[in-house]
Amino acid sequence: MAAKSIISRPVYGTLSPQPGKHHLFIADAEGALAISDMAARAPAGFFEGAEIVFIAGPDGKHVAELEALKPAQFHQAPSFASLLPRLKQTLTNAHMGLRLYLGGTEGLIGQAMQVALEAGIDHTSMQTEHRGSLARRMQCVHCKGITENVTTQPATCAHCGLLLLVRDHYSRRLAAFQGVCINAEDRSEIPPMEEAFP
Amino acid sequence: MSTGTTKLDVVVSDVVPVNELVTRFHFRRRDGDLLPTFSGGAHVVVEMRDGDRTRLNPYSLMGSPLDTREYTISVRRDDVGRGGSLFMHRSVKPGLEMVISYPVNLFSLDLRAKKHLMLAGGIGITPFMAQTAQLAGEGGNFELHYTCRTASLGTYADVLRERYDRRIRLYHDDREERIDLDRLLSTQPLGTHLYVCGPAGMINWVRDRAASLGWPSEAVHFEHFAAPQPGLPFDVTLAVTGKTIRVDEQQSLLEAIEAAGVDPPYLCRGGVCGQCETNVISYDGKFIHNDHWLSEEDHRSGCKIMPCVSRFEGRSLVLER
Ligand code: FES
Repeated sequence: MAAKSIISRPVYGTLSPQPGKHHLFIADAEGALAISDMAARAPAGFFEGAEIVFIAGPDGKHVAELEALKPAQFHQAPSFASLLPRLKQTLTNAHMGLRLYLGGTEGLIGQAMQVALEAGIDHTSMQTEHRGSLARRMQCVHCKGITENVTTQPATCAHCGLLLLVRDHYSRRLAAFQGVCINAEDRSEIPPMEEAFP
Repeated sequence: MSTGTTKLDVVVSDVVPVNELVTRFHFRRRDGDLLPTFSGGAHVVVEMRDGDRTRLNPYSLMGSPLDTREYTISVRRDDVGRGGSLFMHRSVKPGLEMVISYPVNLFSLDLRAKKHLMLAGGIGITPFMAQTAQLAGEGGNFELHYTCRTASLGTYADVLRERYDRRIRLYHDDREERIDLDRLLSTQPLGTHLYVCGPAGMINWVRDRAASLGWPSEAVHFEHFAAPQPGLPFDVTLAVTGKTIRVDEQQSLLEAIEAAGVDPPYLCRGGVCGQCETNVISYDGKFIHNDHWLSEEDHRSGCKIMPCVSRFEGRSLVLER
C-alpha cells in the first residue's frame, strides 16, 4: 500500500461490506482481488444488489473470479474513459443508499472518485483499496497535460516533453499527482531515471 | 465566562403565544446594535434568574439568519420538566433584561449537499425555521417533513406551508399519518444530506433506518436537546478547589458546579458537543452516563464524565475540575 507522506497524498483502506442494498464496485486489474477478498467477509446475498464494473489488465485475468460472485450486474470495459459515460449515467440515476467501492490502481481510484464526488458522494464515505501497480496519473504543472501510468522518477511529460519530478502533491479534483520540471535551471542536466512506481 | 459562550446583554422585545404549549420570545440588544450573525441550526443558551437559582437552557434560533436585528426562540412548555420552560412561560415578559450566549451551531447545514432533506418532530421544528429561511434565500434545494401530534400543535406549520408550499409535508399523529421513512430515504438523489431534530425516539429511528439503508453517517445530521435527567442527589468533590458540593435531584452536575462558583466550559448542555468533558479522579459507586459524546469504552472506564447530563450514584466522586 502506498505510504502517507504529505497531507494531500490519498490513503486507501481495505474494502469492507457496508449496510444497504445497492453496491457499486469499480475495479481494475488486481483490484478484482480486493473485491473477492471482501466477498469472503460479506453477508449472504450481498452481491444480489451489487454491480461490478471491471477493467481487466493486459493479461485479461480475474474476470472469472468476479463473475463467480454472481453480482446483479457485471460489466467489463477496456479503459476508464470507455466506462465513463455509463458510470455517469448510473450515478445520476442513483439514490442515497448506493455504496461505492473502488479497488485497484491509484489512477482508477482517483478518477472514479472524481466522478463520484461530482455526483454528490462524500469522499469519506467511499470504500477504497489500492491493489496492483503503483503507477501514477500525473499532471504537468507547466503544460497541464495529463500523463497516465507514470512509473518512473523523474518522468517525461507526454505532452510537452519536459522532465518532471513527480511529487506526492495530489489533486482530488484532477485525480492526479503534480509533476514539476526537475531541471528548469539547466536543461542539459539529466538526473538518472528510476523505476519509482512499479 | 465559558469557552465559546461570550455573552450578550439583551432585552425581551416581544412575547407571542403560538399555541397552547408554545410561546415565542424575541430578543434585541440592549445597546440597540445588530446581534451577531448566525447560521441556520444555531442555538443560544438563555440565562434565567429564577430566585436564587440560575437556569441555563439552550434554544434554537428560529428567525432568519438574514435578519439580525432580533433573535427569536420558541419554547415549548413542559409541565413536568425541571422548570426552565415554565419560567420562560410565566416570568419572562417584554422589557425584561436577560443575558444570552453568543450563537453556537452544532447543527449546521452541509452546503456541499445537492439536496437537504429535513425531518422535524414537534418543537424540533425550530432549527429548521432558520435553516429553511437560509436555504430559501440562497435558492437551495430542500424538503421538510414535519410530524406533530395534532394540527393545532403543528407549531409554525401554517407559516411554513405559506412560505414554501409543497416543499413542506405535514403528518398528524391524531390522524394516524406516518412518514413512510424507508421509501423517503430510498428515493433521495445521490448527494442528499439528512437532518433530523425532534424527540430522542424519532432521532434514533431515523438514524437507524438511514444507516441500514446505506446512508453514510457523514450525510446524516441530528440535533438532540436532551434536558438533564433528574435522579438521586449525590456529593461530588472538585479536586482543584477542594470544594465538596451537593447535586440535588433536579439539578445537573454542571449546574451544581456552576452554583458553587466554578465556571466550567459548555456549549450544548445536552451531552453532544463534548465541551464539558471532565476527568474523574476517583469514585466509589456507579455512573449514569446520559451523554452522546463519550465512547462506550470511556463510559466503562470510569475516567470521564459529561457533567451537563450525566449523574452518579454512590459513596464518593472526585472530579478534576
Ligand atoms: S456541554 Fe455539550 S456535552 Fe456537555
